[in-house]
Amino acid sequence: MHALLEPRVPLSIPTAAVPVSPPFGAEVAGVDLHKAFTAKLAVLRGIDLKLAPGEFVAVIGRSGSGKSTLLRLLAGLEEPSRGAVSIDGKPLRGLHPDVRVMFQDARLMSWLKVRENVGLGLKGEWRSAADEVLHEVGLLDRAGDWPSILSGGQRQRVALARALASRPRFLLLDEPLGALDALTRRGMQRLIERLWQLHGFTAMLITHDVEEALALADRVLLIENGRITLNEPVPFPRPRDRAHPGFIALRERILTRIHEEE
Amino acid sequence: MKAASSSPDLPEERFGSSRRRRLLMPLLLPLLLLLVWGAGTELGWVPPQILPKPDAVAAAALDLLHTRLASDLAISTERAFGGFAIGGALGLLLGMVNGLSHVGEELFDTTIHMVRTIPHLALIPLIIIWFGLGETTKVVLVALGVFFPVYLNTFHGIQSVDPGLIETGRVYGLRGLRLFAKVILPAALPSILIGVRYALGIMWLTLIVSETIGTTAGIGFLANNAREYMQTDVVVFLILLYAFLGKGADMLARLLERWLLPWHHAYSPSRRR
Repeated sequence: MHALLEPRVPLSIPTAAVPVSPPFGAEVAGVDLHKAFTAKLAVLRGIDLKLAPGEFVAVIGRSGSGKSTLLRLLAGLEEPSRGAVSIDGKPLRGLHPDVRVMFQDARLMSWLKVRENVGLGLKGEWRSAADEVLHEVGLLDRAGDWPSILSGGQRQRVALARALASRPRFLLLDEPLGALDALTRRGMQRLIERLWQLHGFTAMLITHDVEEALALADRVLLIENGRITLNEPVPFPRPRDRAHPGFIALRERILTRIHEEE
Repeated sequence: MKAASSSPDLPEERFGSSRRRRLLMPLLLPLLLLLVWGAGTELGWVPPQILPKPDAVAAAALDLLHTRLASDLAISTERAFGGFAIGGALGLLLGMVNGLSHVGEELFDTTIHMVRTIPHLALIPLIIIWFGLGETTKVVLVALGVFFPVYLNTFHGIQSVDPGLIETGRVYGLRGLRLFAKVILPAALPSILIGVRYALGIMWLTLIVSETIGTTAGIGFLANNAREYMQTDVVVFLILLYAFLGKGADMLARLLERWLLPWHHAYSPSRRR
């Protein structure tokens, strides 16, 4: 892979002030989650899930299957019609300071320079905190630029840096790589994996790309018609070899499983 | 990825030799008009009572410059920007309140849109009855004219802020005043400035009209006075002066945009996304 596509993440250096002994990642649970926007249209119909601290879970499903709604419930952006979400055993009410979301569109504020975007909402020594994550995503040299002159991949890296700047314990990724080209996608996937390993947060990735889910997640959930219909652990060692026969077999099995539903 | 990232040395090509061209091209048409005007009056095609010779206008201009023009300009500017400040501030405030609060919108917006359809100059008789023939009337008229474009564009700008950005701001812990200052206001600013630019045009228009009522100072008065004495040269000069004042207001608005919207892609060194 091209050297410049490789984000510069110092794998050996642990970040400051991250206590290792109790797990850093949040424990996330959803019990009997229902969401209906109108009386007739139920998007989620009874979802039970549990994410262990530091676990990386991918949620796949067709558009309209309810996967984005699930993300919005877990992020506290919306309330379930029935059921409850809890973070570390405590019920989630609205937005939570330990929870961050990265969206498909980078959603950068074009009137704030890259560093100010990353430091959005941080308090105290926000500049150094912002620079630290910018370094982690390999964009420290663009800290003083306007977002409008960045490429799509760079914008998503800034969005990732912003999501990680406050050291969240639960990170939700809503198809963050959907709009990127294949080469940039690979680089971003590696970056997300490494930063997840580095920080130890719990992660949930929404994607429609089965290969991406298998490359990143400890476990893959398939959502169909508002229910979880598949809960598949991914046993391969990291970083994952996508050409490995076992990887390909699992990918094909899940794809076949999705197509059967038609 | 490095190659795709832009460097600020791109626009150099656009300047350079083409810079002189960009400065001269817009002046070509006015110069041509001046030439036709000069030829038409010198050769006697147009009688001087209809259109005076350019040198007569220049002489009238010099004469006014040496006598009272500065003080008239000062008075007009004071009236114009006084009214602009009042009307603009009110429009900005109400636009923000109604853009942010549903109660405000429900309470005010329909009425404001009804009043907006009345040409503000049609209110001159009523305003004279209320405020007399003094300075207040002129300032009130300008304020009234300026209010609507500023209000409408502020309101629209705030209402059309991308909800995704507001949501992002909230996810990142911003709320209340911080959310407004960091997300909503900057996002609405381009629209607000369009309103300001439009309002600056209306400001001069309203002022000139209002200065035909009960005053003995200001450029509107000068023009009206010159008409009474059939001083066509003065009238023509003052019309040219309006053009320059309008252009000046427009440049002021552009300057404001450059200063307040450095991030706006249209003004940034490279126009790429």
